[in-house]
Order: sequence, then structure tokens, then C-alpha cells
Amino acid sequence: MQVKLEVNGKSCEATVEARTTLADCLRHELMLTGTHVGCEHGVCGACTVIVDGAAVRSCLMLAVQAVGHSVVTVEGISLPEGLTDLQASFRRNHALQCGFCTPGMLTTAHALLTHEPDASEERIRDVLSGNLCRCTGYIPIVQAVLEAREAYRPKS
Amino acid sequence: MKRDPIDTSTASRPLAGQAIERIEDLRFLRGEGQYLDDLTLPHMLHAVVVRSSLAHGTLRSIDATAALALPGVHAVITARDIGIPVPRIPMRLDVLDELHAYEQPVIAEHKVRYVGEPIAVVLADSPALAEDGADQLIVDIEPLPVVTTRGGEAPALLFEDTGRNLAVTLRAVRGEVDAIFRAAPYTRREHFSVQRHAAMPMEPRGLLAFWNAEASHLTILGACKVPHANRRVLAGQLGLPEAAIDMQENDVGGGFGARGEFYPEDYLIAFAARHARRPVKWVEDRREHLLATNHARDAECDLEIACTREGHILALRGHAHTDLGAYIRTNGVTPSRNIAQVCCGPYRIEHVQIDVSVHMTNKTPVGTYRGPGRFETDFFRERLLDIVAADLGLDRVAFRRANLVRSTDMPWSLPVVMPWGGGSECDSGDYASTLAHALREFDWDAKRALDGQLIDGRYHGIAIGCYLEGGASGPREGARLRLHDDGRVGVYVGSSSIGQGLETVFTQIACDALDIAPEDIAGIFHGSTRYVNEGFGAYSSRSTVMGGSAVVVVAAPFKEHIRAAAAPLLGCAPDQVSLARAIASGPHGETVSFRQIAEHRAQRAEPVQAEGHFASNRRTYSYGAHATHVAVDPGTGRVEVIDYVAVEDVGRIINPATLHGQALGAIVQGLGGVFLEHLVHDEHGQLLTASFADYLLPGACDFPNIRVFALEEHPSPNNPLGAKGAGEGGIIPVGGVIANAVASALRPLNVGIHELPLSPAKLWASIADVRHESAGTAS
Ligand code: FES
Ligand code: FES
Repeated sequence: MQVKLEVNGKSCEATVEARTTLADCLRHELMLTGTHVGCEHGVCGACTVIVDGAAVRSCLMLAVQAVGHSVVTVEGISLPEGLTDLQASFRRNHALQCGFCTPGMLTTAHALLTHEPDASEERIRDVLSGNLCRCTGYIPIVQAVLEAREAYRPKS
Repeated sequence: MKRDPIDTSTASRPLAGQAIERIEDLRFLRGEGQYLDDLTLPHMLHAVVVRSSLAHGTLRSIDATAALALPGVHAVITARDIGIPVPRIPMRLDVLDELHAYEQPVIAEHKVRYVGEPIAVVLADSPALAEDGADQLIVDIEPLPVVTTRGGEAPALLFEDTGRNLAVTLRAVRGEVDAIFRAAPYTRREHFSVQRHAAMPMEPRGLLAFWNAEASHLTILGACKVPHANRRVLAGQLGLPEAAIDMQENDVGGGFGARGEFYPEDYLIAFAARHARRPVKWVEDRREHLLATNHARDAECDLEIACTREGHILALRGHAHTDLGAYIRTNGVTPSRNIAQVCCGPYRIEHVQIDVSVHMTNKTPVGTYRGPGRFETDFFRERLLDIVAADLGLDRVAFRRANLVRSTDMPWSLPVVMPWGGGSECDSGDYASTLAHALREFDWDAKRALDGQLIDGRYHGIAIGCYLEGGASGPREGARLRLHDDGRVGVYVGSSSIGQGLETVFTQIACDALDIAPEDIAGIFHGSTRYVNEGFGAYSSRSTVMGGSAVVVVAAPFKEHIRAAAAPLLGCAPDQVSLARAIASGPHGETVSFRQIAEHRAQRAEPVQAEGHFASNRRTYSYGAHATHVAVDPGTGRVEVIDYVAVEDVGRIINPATLHGQALGAIVQGLGGVFLEHLVHDEHGQLLTASFADYLLPGACDFPNIRVFALEEHPSPNNPLGAKGAGEGGIIPVGGVIANAVASALRPLNVGIHELPLSPAKLWASIADVRHESAGTAS
């Protein structure tokens, strides 16, 4: 079937089956391959995208369920060139190695800091605990998100 | 450790030793990485591998009629289509003739031997349709008795021809153990075990193969780790010349030893592409990964030590048993061999004899995972040392220090492992100094007071352990440097990246060797059979040492070629040309840039390039010490790691940030193996932990307190960089150190720790048992 989705601020059309997950639709229909799939059962968080402002596992959501909602992927929180403050903080802190979990970490952190720019270290850890990373040991990721908070605070 | 990242444009020279920001990060952070499943080709088919649902059985028939009737399903491939006997997957490492009988067929022919063994491949227009096809396949397997444990009366033979499930027994030996044990003033024997767990990279495996019928040429995307070796195997199996196959590495979502080995799918997907004459993509799902990709560890050991009552270790002997699962795959018996060879770790033990018996069972085959065999054997040894120290009333630190290999003992030979023979030597180092360093950073003297104390309902314990990390497996690694038409230098290496920052590290090495800037590098081209004639890849902490050294070696002839190419432009002799910052200068100050040289050269046919290799059969040995402070809640069995300090001397640090990251990541993996990760099978050989809901990995909240210190006090004499392997060290001592801290915490309760994992449930049960017993004796 044909569905109309709003992804990264643009309206797009995709042909999906009823069983197609949002992750597969984003990756293979809309060619937004920044969203990764690590488990397809809702545990690893690599597929995290932002739906109406909330971090959501796109492997647990069907593409048809996203109709009428706004979907933002890692591509949507990136600039046309260079790195955002959050991304730069990840780079500075060596918060990624293989990079496979990174898009999910970025979308999760972005959704968190957008709502809670003053999130404590404990809160950040807690929210990131839904995303698995096999390379970094998490410490640099938590540090990167902590340091990125400044960029999300309203400029006085 | 200093690890503030540095922008390359402002970095001073040399680049090696600085925490240069990673080149790879730009694309990864913007969601522009190109992992295997991100690639598509026109007319591509999707493959699903149908796997055995029984652990042991006779394959009677496969009926594909219904599957093939589904629209969108193009083919079903079984052993018959390939031709029986189908190819076997040969051992790449530690080959032994008597083990060939246990090699895995690329697809089941007459028998299945583990849940997850491939029995058919379905090709369809989409992955979902291929799954639908797989569902329609009617597979008839007659069950056979299942072997899930070693020893006792085996219910069945996995390989009837060999007549046994015990594949081989290896022996590491030095000196005269039995005589020493007979005369020893003190001996102690204990039994230890480490559970089956696995590397578990976040990106599952995947392959994309296409066959160009006109050119009789096969291209495989998704290769990694050892593409040259895999090409050799595949070429042999498909009856193609090696030159007819190209293998290409893409961005790789973690390897840790398991990814990139030659698996059944590496044959099946290539065969499917040639069979269907269309590109074929296969991407593993997580359940499949848990069943099909190499498992690891799964070893137990009876270990016995002889020493004086003052704590001088005289001898070590033991018998370990490893469960290798259903087949011996590419890694051969490497983990088992390592258990035997590095059982003494960094300690000076003159008399050693360790037997390791390798058993076949109806489970997923076992391969290498970061620190293969070393993690297990370090747990056995370090745990035994603490038990002995407690028994003899020795100080644990002094006991270790007194028995470490001294720098004056170097080179110190490791025990010889039979049946291969041949030795390996520790190259250099001052093991006592890393121990002292770790004690200092940890603040051992202050924390001692906490050991065994009950504070706010939790028992506190501390521990320290020493280890060796063998790196830089030979025999050699290739590199090619080439001046591209735009004047930048392409660096082509036989090494592979498995997601740990290879491009950045090699940029640093090449820039220093050639005296050019990172902008002058056209790229680090790795992991492809197209780039260099010969490559050995990424295993055993060897990429930086072997591949990096190859770049340094090839830099000299490359610079000669540049000088020769510049000389006519500068009107002087080649030996009068000097090179600096991508500019060639003549004797009177006239200059040409690399770009001008390249432009001039572009008119002639042959490029300016040099290819060569670095060869060494001498391994490097990094070493270090880890210390930890834990608190154990006796009511829940939960352990908190309050502090964890790791000190390692890696000879030479190329990039402190990537090195720090590797150590940290490895430690957390090790902690996962100690507390959480467990592949559990039932008596039917069914995997009970086949999802991330059951197979637990460490998360962001679990281990926040880890401190890593890397040293470069003793460069390796065995390579031009002075580097030693550094990818695995972090994981090796974790089991022993944590188990000792937990045991030390629980000493007041007299709870013995002999097994991993230390999951809350298991630990709680051991504590409850002891309490129950002591309550029993009291009444
Ligand atoms: S792929 Fe969605 S949570 Fe793992
Ligand atoms: S960077 Fe590899 S999984 Fe997180």
C-alpha cells in the first residue's frame, strides 16, 4: 500500500506492506540508512528515531502507524555540512568506535536534551540504558551528552 | 592519560602519540556510514538461511514445492544443488591434521549437529518474501540423541567416523612438573569454570555478492577481518582462480574476533549469486546471530599449584576441558591452545604442564572472541593465586610481585604447546612497574582497610591481578603507497578495520613516515583484496603493529620513487632531492609539489608507487595490572563495581584516544562476561537465551567507574613502531580480578568463588548455601 509520511520535516511517499516496520520503511524505501537495526526486538536501541518529539524504537513500530506523525531520524538532526554541537561532543569525547549504535544514541540524547537540557548525569545514564553499545563502555557517551547540554539550553 | 582530542590541522609533529580526532567519525555521526545492509544493487535478491531446529539428527528430506510456488520466491538451494559432498570450511589457525574430520560442511548434507546449522537458502524479491518461503519449506529431520555435556557415557557420536567426541588433547609443557610436585612443601588444587558467551557485535553479519557472468568474476561486499584468506578459501571451493574474486570491506559494526571469519554463509551467498545470476544480499537477524555466529569461552579447568610456604611458585599443572560445539571452524583450537600456553601469565614459573581436552557437543561452534582462551586461563590462575595466598597467610600483592617475570629474564619463553611444538617469547617489559603503577592509581594501601568489611549491609572487597597480552601475530602484512593524480598519497593496507579507528591510526603513522599532513592523504584503503596482493587482516591485536609497521617499511622505497620522479623536474640527481611537507626540493632551493610530480607522472603510464610488507614471526607482549573495589549485597547477590583501575604498557601509543577507548570497551565487555552474559542450552541443545531480552549485555548504568592508564615505557624491539598489540588487554584479567574481589568481600562468610558468571542469582544462591550450612552446623 501507498503511505504518506512526514520524515525530517518533508512529506514523503512510500510503498509498504502492512507488516513493514518503520525502520525498514525508512531504510529501504526512503533510503535513510542512518537508522540502524541491531536486534529487531526492541532492546538494542540502534533503530531509535524521534516521533512527535519522543524517542521511539522504529523496529517496534509499523510504517503505517507513523502516518500522521512527524518522524525525525539521525539525518534530520544533522546539518547539511559539518557536525552539530551534540555530534561534535561525541567526536571530542571519542564516544563512538564502530559507529553502529551511534545514530540511536544521538536521537535518544537529542530527544532527552530537547526536553531536559539540564538532565543530570544519572538521568542521562538512565535514559541511555535503553541503547546498547558494544564498543565504548558507555563512559565517553555519557560524557559527550553531558557536555552537549549547553547547546540545548535557551540562549539568554 | 592525556586524551583531549586534537584537530589535525593544528597538530604538531609527530602525529603518532597524539589524540587526533577520528577521521571515520564525520560520516558515522551524520548517519552516512555505509554498513552492509545500507547497500543495494539493482535486481538484487534477498536470501534467508533456513536452519536446523534440532541439535542432532538425520536429515531425511527437504520439500521445497510449496515454497517455490509462492510468488516472489526464486530459488531454494540445498546441499543437492551444490553437489554432495559439499565443500568443508578449512581451519585457518592452529591447524592439526587430526581435526579435519570435524570441519563444517557449508550446508548440512545428511546430518545436522547444532540448532542453527544451515540446511537451505531461500532467494526471493524481498527479505519478507524469503522468510515466507522459508516458512513453507517442509524439512524432515529424524532426531538423534543430543550431546550437551562432556564426559560420562556419551549418548551419541557427533562424527561416527572418528569414533569419539573428544577431538584432541593439547599439552603445554616446560620443565619437570611431576618431580617438583612430589617434593613440593605445599600444593593446592581447585576446579574452575567459565561459561559460554560471545563477542556479540552490534551490527549482525551480512553479505552482498554479485556474479559477472561475462567476466566470470565474483564480488563480495561485507568481507572483513581476513578478506585475503577468505578469498583463497572461496576460490578453492568454487573452482575459481583467486583473481576472479574481489572481497570488499564496508563500514563494520564491531568484530571482536567473531566477525569476518569464513562462515557457511560466506560460501552459500556467493554460490547463490552465481546460481541465480543476480546480486544476492543476506543480513543476519539477531536470533540468527545468537545461533549461527561463533560462540566463545566455555571452559573448565582443574588447576594445581606447587609452591614454598613463603610463596615462591615452583610449578603449575592442570587439565582443562573446552566445549567447542559441533564443528571446528576457521579458528581451529586457538582458544584451547591459548588456555594452555598463557596459563602462567606474566609469572616466572619454571615447571608447567597444562593439558587441554577439546570436546565436541551439539551446540553452536566456538571461535575466537577478544582475548580467546586468555580470559578463561587468567581467571583460573588469578583465582588460584588468591586462594593460595589466603591459605598460606601471604600478602596477595607481595606474592604476585615476587613471582613476576623480571626484566632481566627477558626474553622469557612461554611453555611449548604440543603437538605443534615451537615457542614464543615475551619480548620486553618491567612487569613489576605496571603492578606498582596500578597499586598507586588505585590507592591500594588506603583501600585495604575496606577488604572484607560489612558496610551498610554490603560486603566490600578489593583485588589486583597481572596479565600478559600477546599481539602482532605473524607472519607478515602488506602495504602499498601510491601517489594519486592529485598529488595526495593513497595508503593501501592488508589490514582490516573492525570499527576501532584504523583509518585515523594509519593516517598518523603514514603522515609521520612520509612527513606529510593528513590533508595530503587520499585515503586509507583497507580490507579489500583489490588493494594489496597479500593481506593477513585484523586478528590477535595485530592491525596497528603489523600493518602500521608495513607502512613504515614501504615509506622508504616510496620516498625513493618520489625523489626519482622529482629529480628530472628539479634538474638534479635523485639523491640531491629532499622531501618535506609534500614538497620536493632540489639542492638550490627549487621546489616541486607532490601534485606537480603527480601531474607530470600522469602523462606516463606507470604511477609512482611502492609495495612491500613487514614480516615478523616474533609476537609482542603487552602487559599490565588491573585492580578493583567491589561491594556485594548478600541479600540480592548484586555486585557493584565501585572502582576499576587498568594499567597497561603497550610499548608505543599511536593514538591515546582510540587506545583508551579500546581498553575501556574491552573492560566493559569483560565485565559483561563476568556478571551478565551467558549462552544457556537445555538438555535438547536448544539455546534458551536467543534474544537480547535473555542474553544480557552491559548497559549504560552498569559499570560507570572505570579508569584506564596506558603506558609506553617499554617499546617492542620487534617492529619499527615499537608498538605491541593493544586490542585485547582490557578484557583478559577482568574475570580473575573481579572474582577475587568478590571472594575477598565474602571471605567473612566463607563463600568460595569458582565459577563465572557471577550473576546475582548464582551469587545469592552460593551465599544462601553457605549460610544454610553454617546454620545447620550451629544447631
Ligand atoms: S533494532 Fe530496534 S531496538 Fe534493536
Ligand atoms: S560504537 Fe560500536 S556499538 Fe557503539
